[in-house]
Amino acid sequence: MTTIRRVAILGGNRIPFARSNTVYSQASNQEMLTATLQGLVDRFNLHGLRMGDVVAGAVMKHSRDFNLVRESVLSTTLAPETPAFDIQQACGTGLEAAMLVANKIALGHIECGIAGGVDTTSDAPIAVNEQMRKILLDASRAKTTGQRLAALARFRPGMLFSPALPRNGEPRTGLSMGEHAELMAQEWHISREAQDALALQSHEHLARAYADGFFTDLMTPFKGATQDNNLRTGLTLEKLAALKPVFDKKVAPGKGTLTAGNSTPLTDGASAVLLASEEWAAARNLPVLAYLSFSEVAAVDFFDKKEGLLMAPAYAVPRMLARANLTLQDFDFYEIHEAFAAQVLCTLDAWKNPTFCKERLGLDKPLGEIDRTKLNVNGSSLAAGHPFAATGGRIVATLAKLLAQKGSGRGLISICAAGGQGVVAILER
Amino acid sequence: MSDAYLGFANSPIGSRIAAALGLPQPQPLERFAPGQPVIRGTVLLGGTATSELLTALAGIFHSIGAQTLAHRGLPQWTATANAAGLMTGRWGVEDQPGEKLKALVFDASGLDDSSQSDALYQFFHDTARSVLSCGRVVVLGRPPEACANPRKATAQRALEGLTRALAKELKRAIAVQLVYVAEGAEGHLESTLRFLLSPRSAYVSGQVVRVGGASQPAAALDWNQPLAGKKILVTGASRGIGTAIAEVMARDGAQVICLDVPQAQDALLEVATRLGGKALALDIGAAEAPQALVDAALADGGWDVVVHNAGITRDKTIANMKPHLWQAVVNVNLSTQERINEALVASGALKPGARIVCVSSISGIAGNMGQTNYALSKAGVIGMVQSTAPHLAARGITINAVAPGFIETQMTAAVPFAIREAGRRMNSMGQGGQPVDVAETIAWFASPASGGLNGNVVRVCGQSLLGA
Repeated sequence: MTTIRRVAILGGNRIPFARSNTVYSQASNQEMLTATLQGLVDRFNLHGLRMGDVVAGAVMKHSRDFNLVRESVLSTTLAPETPAFDIQQACGTGLEAAMLVANKIALGHIECGIAGGVDTTSDAPIAVNEQMRKILLDASRAKTTGQRLAALARFRPGMLFSPALPRNGEPRTGLSMGEHAELMAQEWHISREAQDALALQSHEHLARAYADGFFTDLMTPFKGATQDNNLRTGLTLEKLAALKPVFDKKVAPGKGTLTAGNSTPLTDGASAVLLASEEWAAARNLPVLAYLSFSEVAAVDFFDKKEGLLMAPAYAVPRMLARANLTLQDFDFYEIHEAFAAQVLCTLDAWKNPTFCKERLGLDKPLGEIDRTKLNVNGSSLAAGHPFAATGGRIVATLAKLLAQKGSGRGLISICAAGGQGVVAILER
Repeated sequence: MSDAYLGFANSPIGSRIAAALGLPQPQPLERFAPGQPVIRGTVLLGGTATSELLTALAGIFHSIGAQTLAHRGLPQWTATANAAGLMTGRWGVEDQPGEKLKALVFDASGLDDSSQSDALYQFFHDTARSVLSCGRVVVLGRPPEACANPRKATAQRALEGLTRALAKELKRAIAVQLVYVAEGAEGHLESTLRFLLSPRSAYVSGQVVRVGGASQPAAALDWNQPLAGKKILVTGASRGIGTAIAEVMARDGAQVICLDVPQAQDALLEVATRLGGKALALDIGAAEAPQALVDAALADGGWDVVVHNAGITRDKTIANMKPHLWQAVVNVNLSTQERINEALVASGALKPGARIVCVSSISGIAGNMGQTNYALSKAGVIGMVQSTAPHLAARGITINAVAPGFIETQMTAAVPFAIREAGRRMNSMGQGGQPVDVAETIAWFASPASGGLNGNVVRVCGQSLLGA
C-alpha cells in the first residue's frame, strides 16, 4: 500500500483553436492530436521517454479512430512503448483525462503521464444512411449469392443522398445544446445584456493574454495559425447586441437571449497537459506549475426532474468544496468553461440562490458570490472557441500557469458536459 | 533600363508561351518597402544536436517578430525559443511536410566533421519543395580559418559548395547565403540576418558573409531608421546606382552628402535637394580632392559613412588602349579611394565607429573582355578592403565592398542587345538587378549594427555565372 502523492502539473500545449471549416478544415483529429503531443514532447524534451500513460479523447470520432491516442503516440518521438487509451465524456473529456492520469500518479501506479483531447467538427464522421447500413450488413452476413442479391435489391438510390450526420444535440430531449442553454437562461432570468457583457470580457481578456505573450509556451502554431481565430479584437457591446437570437424558435419564441456572440462556435483544436510526480519532475529538473489536488464529477436529471442540462457543475462544486474543506470564496482564480455565457451566469446565480442551495444542493446556506475579477482572467471558450474534448486541457494548462505566475494560490475549474454532466477540479500551488 | 521580357514572361499569355517554348521564366523580385515586416511568412529552423547559435537566433527572431518552426532534426528549438519568449512548434506532423515556408535557416555551427553532413541533406531534402518564391535560405557556420582542428575547418568550408549549389537549384528567385559567425560574434549577427531574410537582399544570392567580433558591442537600434542622425558621403550620386544609394540612405534616416563631378552639378543639386541633403561638386580624381574632403568633413563635424561609388569605364582591349585611358580608370576607381581613405582616417574626419563601403564589380572578380583597366581597378578595390580592414578595425572603423553584377542602369542600357540579354539572364535570378538592390546592400554594411562586418565583399549579382 502506498501513500497518496501530490500530482504536479508541469505544463501544457495546444494548437490554436480554429472555427469549424476554417484553417483546419482538412486536418483530422489524428493529425491535430499528434501535432499537439509532439509540441509538448519538444517543449519538455521527452524524446524517447516511456510515459506512464497518455490519456485523451475526442467527442466526434471516426470509427477508424478507435485507437486514436495510441496511434498519435506512435507518430510522436515518445518511446513507442508508451501506453495510451481513449476516453470520452463530452466536453468534460479533457479534464476527466487529467483526473485519470493524476489519480494513477497519486497512487504511485505511474510517475508521469499526458492528458489531452482533440475535436474537429470540420472533419466530422458522416455515416451512411441507416437503412443502407442495415442492407450492407445483411449482404455481408448472407451465405449465398441469392441472399446477398436479395439484400442488395432493397437498396434505393435515395439512400446515397441522405447520410447520417453527427448532431450536437441531446438524444433524450431532441433539443440542441443551445436550446437547453436558452431554457436555462429563461428559467434563471439571465438577461441578454449580461450574457453579451461576459462574452465581450472573454474576448478582451484573451486578447490581452496574447498581447502579454501568455500563451507563448502553452501553444504551438499549426497550419499557419498562431492565435485562436474566433478571437475578435475589435468587438463591442453594440456589435454583440446586433446579433439575432439563434436557439429560441423551439423553446422561447420571441424571447431568445442566446446569440452566435454569446455562445461558443463549433471549433477544431487539440490540447495536452504534462502531469507527473514531484520526484519525476525534480529528477528531470522541470519546474512545477501547480498541483491538481481535488476533482469531482456530477450529473443531473434533466429529463424527469427537468434540471437545467448544463447545471451539473453547480452540484459538483459544493461536493468538492466539502471534501476539500473550502468555501467558494477561497480561490484566486475561477475557470468556468463558457460553453454559453448563460451557463456561467446560471451557475453563479445558482450558488448565491438560497432556495436552490437549500432544496437542490441540500446546503444550510448559499455558497455565495465570487469575486468576478478573478473569473476567466485570460479569457475562456467564448473567445478561444470550444473544441469539445480539447477545452479541459486548455483550462488546466492556463490555470496552472496563472498560479505559477502568481507564485501561490488556488484555482477552481468547472466544466459542463452533454448528458447533464459536470466535471470540476481544484489546482493549487 | 526596363526588362520588357520579365514583364512578358509573367503576363498571362507570355507565361504560357515562355513555358511552351522552354524560355526562361524569371520571377519578379520582391523588394523592400518602408513599414514592411522583415519577413512575411514562416521561418523554418534546422540544425544538429550540437548547434551553437540557437540562443542567439531565438533572440534575433524575437526582435524581428518572425514566426518560426523547427525541422524534426532540431527538436530542441521549441524549448530555446520559448525561453526567449517566442511561440514556436514543429514543422509537419511525423515526416509529413508542413506549411509553405518563406525562409530556411540552418545552424551548421556544430558540424565538426564532414561525415555529419547528413543533417544538411535531410533538412534540405525535406524542405526544398516547400520554399515560397522569393524565399530566403541562410546557412550559418563557423569561419573555417578559426576552427580548432582541420576536420571541423573542412566541414565548415564544405558548406560553401552546398549553398552555392542550392542557390542554383531552388530557382523562383529564392536566395541562398552562407554566414560564418565567429565565436563571440553572435551579438553582431542581427543586422546580417535581418538583411539576408528580408527583400532588401532581393538580388544577392550565393554569397558568403563573415561576421566577426566588433570592437564595440552592438548598440540598441531603431530598425525602422537604422541610419538616423548619420552623416554619409556618397560619391557619384548624381545618377544611377549612386542616386539609389543616396535615396536608400536618406530613407533610413541619414543626412546624405551627395558628391559628383562639377559637370553633373544640376543633376546633383536635384538629388541632394530632393533628399534633404547637401551637394558637393568635386572631381575626386584631382590631386587636391582628399584634402578638400577632409576639410568638408571636419567642417561638418565629421562623417559616419563614406560610400565610394564613383567609377568610370574606358573600355578597350589592352593592345588598343591608350595610356591615359588606363591611368584615368585606375586613378578614379582605385588610387583615389586609397588616398581619400588614408586622408579621412588620418585626420580624424571619420567619426568613431565609422563605415567605409566601396563599390567593386564582378568584372574585378571574373575579368571582362575589353576591361583590363576596369577589372584591375575593381579587383584592387577588393584587395584594398581586405588589406585595410584589420588596420581600420583597431580604430573601430569597418570597410567592406559590394560587387554589382548586371544592374539595370543607363550604363547597361547602352550595352548591345545580345550582350545585354546574356548579362541579364545568365544568373540564378534570370534577370538584371536594380540600383536599389546595390543600395540596400550598402545600407546593410553602413548600419551601426553591422560592426561585426569588416573586410567582406558581397556580390549583388543574382548569382551571376561570371566569376562564380
